Parts: sequence; C-alpha cells; structure tokens
Amino acid sequence: MTRLRAILFATRGRGRLDWADWVSYLYLALGLVVMFGPVLWLVLSSFKTEAGLIEFPPRLLPYEQAHAAVAGYPKLLPLYEITAGEMKGNKLAEIRRIGLQAQMVDPAQPEQIVRIPTQDRTPVRELRFAWGNYTELMGRFNFGTYLWNSVFITVVATLITLLINSMAAFALSKYSFRGRDTTFLLILATLMIPPTIVLVPNFFIAASLGLVNSLWGVIWPGVATPTGVFLLRQYMLTIPDDLIDAARMDHASEWRIYWRIILPLTAPALAVLAIFSVMWRWNEFLWPMVVLNKSETFTLQLALNSFQGELTTSWNYLLAMTVLTLLPVTVIFALLQRYITQGIASSGVK
Amino acid sequence: MASLELRGVVKRYREATVIHGVDLAFERGEFIVFVGPSGCGKSTLLRIICGLESASEGDILIDGARVNEVPAAQRGLAMVFQSYALYPHMTVYQNLAFGLENIGTPKAEIAAKINEAARMLRLEQYLQRRPAALSGGQRQRVAIGRAIVREPRIFLFDEPLSNLDAELRVQMRAEIAQLHDRLGTSMVYVTHDQVEAMTMADRIVVLRAGRVEQVGTPLDLYNRPANAFVAGFIGTPRMNFLKGRIAATDGGLAVALDGTGGIIRTEAALRELAVGAPVTIGIRPEHVALGHKGLNDVSFTVGHSEQLGGATTLFFPEPGFAVQLPGQVPARRGEGMGLNLPPERVHVFDSDDKALPLGQTRPAPPIITQPAA
Repeated sequence: MTRLRAILFATRGRGRLDWADWVSYLYLALGLVVMFGPVLWLVLSSFKTEAGLIEFPPRLLPYEQAHAAVAGYPKLLPLYEITAGEMKGNKLAEIRRIGLQAQMVDPAQPEQIVRIPTQDRTPVRELRFAWGNYTELMGRFNFGTYLWNSVFITVVATLITLLINSMAAFALSKYSFRGRDTTFLLILATLMIPPTIVLVPNFFIAASLGLVNSLWGVIWPGVATPTGVFLLRQYMLTIPDDLIDAARMDHASEWRIYWRIILPLTAPALAVLAIFSVMWRWNEFLWPMVVLNKSETFTLQLALNSFQGELTTSWNYLLAMTVLTLLPVTVIFALLQRYITQGIASSGVK
Repeated sequence: MASLELRGVVKRYREATVIHGVDLAFERGEFIVFVGPSGCGKSTLLRIICGLESASEGDILIDGARVNEVPAAQRGLAMVFQSYALYPHMTVYQNLAFGLENIGTPKAEIAAKINEAARMLRLEQYLQRRPAALSGGQRQRVAIGRAIVREPRIFLFDEPLSNLDAELRVQMRAEIAQLHDRLGTSMVYVTHDQVEAMTMADRIVVLRAGRVEQVGTPLDLYNRPANAFVAGFIGTPRMNFLKGRIAATDGGLAVALDGTGGIIRTEAALRELAVGAPVTIGIRPEHVALGHKGLNDVSFTVGHSEQLGGATTLFFPEPGFAVQLPGQVPARRGEGMGLNLPPERVHVFDSDDKALPLGQTRPAPPIITQPAA
C-alpha cells in the first residue's frame, strides 16, 4: 500500500511539483484515458439495458428510470418527479398516459389518482446495473459451448505449443549439427510471411486433412511459432552446457535431459510463451472463422461476431459477452506481467 | 580403480588441431594432474577421456579395453566440473540421486549411498537445500559427492578449485588428496595452477599447445625439467632465464652471458653443441645465493623487493631476474648486489629450448633451506 502511494505520488521536485512532473502526469493521464477509457465505457455499458444503450445523450453510468410498487397495481409503476403545479417536488408513479395528460398516483396514497400534464414532470433516475445481460446470456445463447470451445483451444494449443517449441529450441540451442543455423534462419524467416497470404493454402491443407469444423483444425496449424522457438532458444543458450554434460555423465537419456534439466530451467521463458500463446489463441479470429463454420464449434470471438445480425443486434448482450471474453486475458496479463518483462529481458528479446 | 591409456590421441576441430598425438599410460590408483596454461588442450583431453568429446584419431583404453565408441555414461567415469554443474532446480539430495535414479537403483540403496557420501563430505545438514543456498566450498563438495555416489572407476576433475578463494582452495586441496587416499580410485585432475599440481599429483603431465611436454613426479619436473617451458612453468617464483653462448666445453659446459659477458660454469653434459652456439641458462630464484664466491658470480641492481617475513624475493629489472632468499634480507632500490649461481643448480637449454642432460654423476639435488642470515 505504501509502495503504491509512493508510486502514485512520486515527484521529481522535492515535495512539490516540478514542471516535469506536470508534463509527466498529464501525459500519463492522457494515456490512461485513451487506453483505459474505451474499456471502462465498455464495461459500464455492458450493464445497461437495451433501452439504456440507445438513450441520447449517452451517459457513462447505467442509469434507469426508477419504479415503485403501489398497492392495488399488479405491476411496478415508473416514477416521475413533478416539476410544476401544486404537486411540484412530489414523486408520483404513472398509471397510464392519455395524450398529453398522465394519470398518476402517489405511492403513499394509492387510492387518490391525479392528472398531470406530461411536460410538467421528469423521470426519476437511479443507478441500476442490468445484471440480466450476464445472467440471461448463459441461458439464451450457447454461451457455455462457445466458452468451452475457446478454453479447449487455448489450453490444448498452448500446451502443444510449449512442448513443440521447446523441443525445437532445445535442438537448436544445445546440439550442433549440419544445417542448424540454416534451419533456425528458415524458422525465423517465416515471420516475414503475412498470415493472410498463407490463409488459403492453409485452409486447403486443413480441408484435405478433414479438420474443417473441428477444434483441432484451429489448434494444429498454429502450434509451431517462430517467435516461441526464438524466445526459448535464446533463453536456453544461457543454460550452461556443463549441466547437460553432467547429466550425460549421470546416465540421463537425451529425453530425460530435456524433460528433467532443460524444461525446469527454462520455466521463466516458458511462462512468457504460455502467456503469449494464451493471448494469441484466446483473441484469434481470422483463422477460426475460416475453419469453423458450424455454430456449435464457434469460439467466443466467432460468437461475438455472429451476434451482429444483419437486421438487429442485441447490443446489451454483445457488450456483456465482450466483457466476459476480455476477462480471462486481462486477469492472466495482470497476474503474470512480471514474468513477461522478466522473461523477455532474460531471453534477450527486445 | 582402473588403469588408463591414451594412444596417439589427436583432436581436430575442422582445420584446427588442438591435440597433437598424445600418448600416456597411467597405473591403477594413480593421481594424475594435467597442467598447462589455458588453451593448452588439457580440458579437451579430459573431455575426450570421459567421452564428452570424441578423439579424431587414436585410442582411449580403460583397463586395457578400447572405449572410443562407448558413450560417456557407460565408461564408468565420473567428472567434477569447473562450474560444478549442479542442477540448480534440484536439492542437494536430488542432485546426488539423479545419476542413480537414471540407472534404476532402488530407492533404499540410493538413500544409503547418499547418506554415506554426505557423511564423508560433511553435507548431512544441507541435503534439502538448493545449490544456490550453498557456499562455494559446499557446492564443490556436492559436485564431488555426485561423483562419489556413482562409484566410478576413475574420477575426473576439471579445474575444480578455480572458483574458490585462496583459503578454501588450500582446504579443498587437502580434502581431495584425503579422498584419494581413502578411496584409492584413479584420479585425473586438470588445473592451470602448478601449485595444485605439485601438491596433489603422483605424476604430473605438463601440456602445451596440445602436446605433452613432460610426464613425471612433481620433484622430477622440478629437478630435471625437460625443456625451458616446463622449467618456467613449474615452481614459483618462475625460473630465471639468461641468454648466452657456449664459451668452453672442457671441465663442464661454460656459458658466456650476452651483455655482461660473465662466464657461468655448469654441470650440464655437452651433447654435440659447439663453442659459440646460442644457449639459455636457467636457475630457480630460490637456488641463487647472496654474495660473491669467486665462481659464477653476477651483479645486478635491485628493483623492487617483496618481504614475506619467512623469505625475501628480490627483483632485478635488468636483465629480468628474481632471487628468493630465506629470512629477511634488507635491500634498497637501486642498490647493486652480488649474487652467486651454484654450478650444480644451473640448467642449460639449447636453441630449441630443450634441456641439456645434467652430468651423469650428479644425483637430483636435494633442496636445502639455509637458516636466515
């Protein structure tokens, strides 16, 4: 807590604000608004009802018209504050509206009905979070299926990515064989090919392997990443060769050296790659859209896309689902960002 | 316990040859030290013996059986690395157990072996610690323990003490020597430190640039170096070398020093060198005596001096000469000093730096420490 205080109130001048402090804080505040503002707006909007979303002028917080229960009326009645006439200042509930007149009732005296001109009143507003956006989401759409698909792809693909990339990195960093550097360069060279160029060929391969509309069709093509191989290789180069020699003297097989010595020691870099992989996979959109056509195989990202119908879009549900989709990566990033900087710094990747 | 033999071992990396045909044979239970300056190929030779590198040519024989094609783990050797190479993510116990687990030793047996090794190396209370939580000397002992539990035929040490401070090095030197006495196992020890070599070895192998310069017991190397390199490498302070030409060959070789022209009589055998041939004479700083005695006298101007209490080392910048005298000798910079080079202590090297054999009749000279003047 004191550390947080120290960070938040740090100044360049001693005790008072230097001009550099003003500039820094302004710049940081601007960055905060630019980057965090839309996210905040998204989260707050996801708690608005459909009507609240299309309200003009828009409000940041989810305000709704207040309702009151009045004895003798089965439904909740909307509340209004009277702005003119003898009832001015009272809060009345509307029973019905006839033209420019409204029949209203004081919740305290349910039997006495008064007529008020509609221009003499304003709705009473209160802060209300439309949790229904979230609770109804579960029942209304196949949210569970989409979530499972996304989680399955993310977890399985990340595990396979870690395994395959670390094996490649082990060979490229700890064995010397003819063509090793060429192989490594070729792997890195694939970074220069934009994914969109190989999209169609990839699809043909996936199709001929029968992977269309299968979650494995999303997982397999992306498990070997040049970035991952590079990151892990650079890190493994820092592991002393003596350890491997010692393990060889200790009767360890090559697989055992990899599994018991190299992998545990590469943990920081593996953590970085795992975080990257989770974020890539969770946010992946183009390739799943190409491979997955049936709605029961959709990931969350695809489901979000399909929510935007041609004629109507349920913005309230769309926003709620967007928030849910953002949550896991946000949490992972917030918890593990320390490892990201550490791992990147130590593997020499800038 | 095993014998070890190298026959014509050559190691090439692409064009560069780093080991030029090494022939060596060691007895069972011997403590052998490979010594030489860095880059002389001693570590490479050790790695060839243990199987981490392959020899380009030649044979490696352990107990008379050729092992060139046998993988490192199966040669029955254990190696202690310069960096210790302890697995940083495992506890001391796991480090010691790893090798035994890999060959499927039963758990109870592993525990028994580790406990015994830990007792021997005084590591009992550190077994659950990670290497990072140990001091340099403890890590060194764990590395040795890892070798011990495997009960190897030959222990290999690759500069194991170079990462320790001076005091600890002396202590670990004694511990390794004790270990050798207790286990009786053959040991091959690589170092660039000639003091380690002299104090620990049964026999020393001096290497330079991938060639064996001389093999012998420590005192052999000290007393009868085969060439100027070994003579300079073994012993501290370094042997003094003075250039000259052969002046006379009757009654023992006499050398006229370049520059001063002073005549130095020696007991070296003549061989086929003629008068006037260029030679180098060498004498150890501790063998030079103070004062003139009428034969083999030289005079130099004192540069700086090191007073060690028990001994004094004087340095003469012209012609680059050092003298170590017992006791405390007062000396001022710039003071001229008369020195005497006893003929029986003078080594002579020919123009190829080969030592001329010493006189047949003379036994290896004992080293006599004189009482302080």
